Amino acid sequence: MKQIDDEILSYIQRLSMLELSEEEARQARLDLQQMIAYLDKLNELDTTDVEPMSHVFLLGNVFRDDVVTNQDGRTDTLANAPKQREGGFYVPRTIDGEGTQ
Amino acid sequence: MSLMGLTAIELGRKIKKKEVSAAEAVEEALEAIEKKETAIHSFLTVDKEGARRRAEQVQRRICKGELTSPLAGVPMAVKDNLCTRGIRTTCASRLLSDFVPTYTAEAVCRLEHAGVIVLGKTNMDEFAMGSTTETSAFGATKNPWDTKHVPGGSSGGSCAAVSAEECSLALGSDTGGSIRQPASFCGVTGLKPTYGTVSRYGLITYASSLDQIGPIARNVEDCAAMLDEIASFDKKDATSVKRQACSFREALTEDIKGLRIGIPSNHLSEGLQKEIRQAIFAVSETLKQQGAVVEEFHLDFMDYAVPAYYVIACAEASSNLARFDGVKYGYRTKEYANLEEMYKKTRSEGFGSEAKRRILLGSFVLSSGYYEEYYKKALRTRAWIKQKLDQALERYDAILAPVAPTTAPKLGVFEGNPLKMYQSDIYTVAANLAGLPAISFPCGTDCNGLPIGLQLIGGCFREQELLKAVYAFECTRNYQRSPFAMEGERTEKCHRREYEQSI
Repeated sequence: MKQIDDEILSYIQRLSMLELSEEEARQARLDLQQMIAYLDKLNELDTTDVEPMSHVFLLGNVFRDDVVTNQDGRTDTLANAPKQREGGFYVPRTIDGEGTQ
Repeated sequence: MSLMGLTAIELGRKIKKKEVSAAEAVEEALEAIEKKETAIHSFLTVDKEGARRRAEQVQRRICKGELTSPLAGVPMAVKDNLCTRGIRTTCASRLLSDFVPTYTAEAVCRLEHAGVIVLGKTNMDEFAMGSTTETSAFGATKNPWDTKHVPGGSSGGSCAAVSAEECSLALGSDTGGSIRQPASFCGVTGLKPTYGTVSRYGLITYASSLDQIGPIARNVEDCAAMLDEIASFDKKDATSVKRQACSFREALTEDIKGLRIGIPSNHLSEGLQKEIRQAIFAVSETLKQQGAVVEEFHLDFMDYAVPAYYVIACAEASSNLARFDGVKYGYRTKEYANLEEMYKKTRSEGFGSEAKRRILLGSFVLSSGYYEEYYKKALRTRAWIKQKLDQALERYDAILAPVAPTTAPKLGVFEGNPLKMYQSDIYTVAANLAGLPAISFPCGTDCNGLPIGLQLIGGCFREQELLKAVYAFECTRNYQRSPFAMEGERTEKCHRREYEQSI
């Protein structure tokens, strides 16, 4: 069985974009370890000849004609923005790595 | 009895006959909410003024003969993961505590179009992740049958609101049992339609390949009438299915002669509360007397459904919930040095512990090195479970099964033991993995006076058979009201008796 060590936990925290407190991390390790032990139950089942199914109906891509059906929704789109400026979402600088706003 | 003690169809009929107005119905609902909310806490937001305004508009359209739906004028509660334009929609999360959508979910739109009046938004487990409504960031909902017990989850607020007679209709969503299990704990009827039947447009998604919106009501006729309104093809949902037009309500007949029902014998063994097992046999006898053919059979995926479900649901959740980053809507942390810190702090402060637990597990099973072993394996198991269920549903029109291993547990029972909570989903998750319709219906109470619910699972697009079977069963018994539904009446009666005794 996989052991959830500090390295794995910090890796999945990074993937999850979460930063756990020390206490949360301790608990998460225990919970994940227990859950993974439970999930290992699936290995009892022989599914060699079964194709994986990610969706109940065989879905292909759903296409439509490239026709604009909506109007300018800028006000609605920005209505819930935590911060906005000049008609756009306002976030910290993303390039440069300087981190200034 | 309050108007909220009527079924939605009865209330709709009275409104149509002009015996009462939509506005009066809304006032009674708001009064009931006012009286019961302190004890039950089914609602997160009650839109009093909006509901009153909508009632006036609907009444005018009823009078003009523009609204002909049997549900026109009937007040309804909506689970707080369905977007409602202008009404706060929180998903019971701190992350969305101030989120006011600028559009309305298709299912809600369709009901509003039919003249149903939205009262407000109901409590739930945060992002629908939980089986008790205790993971809500805004406090737990209490069971109207006994407020020391949970209402189930995640649609616990919607089911409690119907059970406490704060309203007669509610919308819920079911990813792994989230309509059926709280419906059974609260003694009401709840239906999870076939995947793709109801548009998920405007549903704040948890696990996209499993989520399905469905009706919650006092009886099967109300559920069928609601399904008639919400079942439709919608271009805005790429997984929406074009079904043959039909009336679910018209499918309700008592005639179930020859209906083949299978009971999985291994669903009746260890871990199932004795009274629920007895209820299965009792319901089976009733259905037999009405002409159904009932037999036991073996369904051998019991041990694998819950692990496969949690791998898939958490994997999808970890991806779906990546959108909550504090950029476009929702909570944003106050102080941050750069973009990554903003993401991390926003999410770490915004998500509750159950959501974090599932995001972490989802990221783990999708991460390189573990993807094949867990996620791919779960997808294969899902296909295998679907095969088994499809085979069973070639022999039977419906499968009769428990909804949960026990009746509603006490508040706090699962605290610190998430795995135990997950395992209690054992009877419900398979229908979601296989996309099948399933209906939970009340059929008595246990020795503590808590409701027992059972479910019927049917083949894809065969809701009619389920509705018919439950209707035939319902015709043999009276609806049992929760003590909290009668709360106001009892108090009034007690006061009158005390007054009479005093003179």
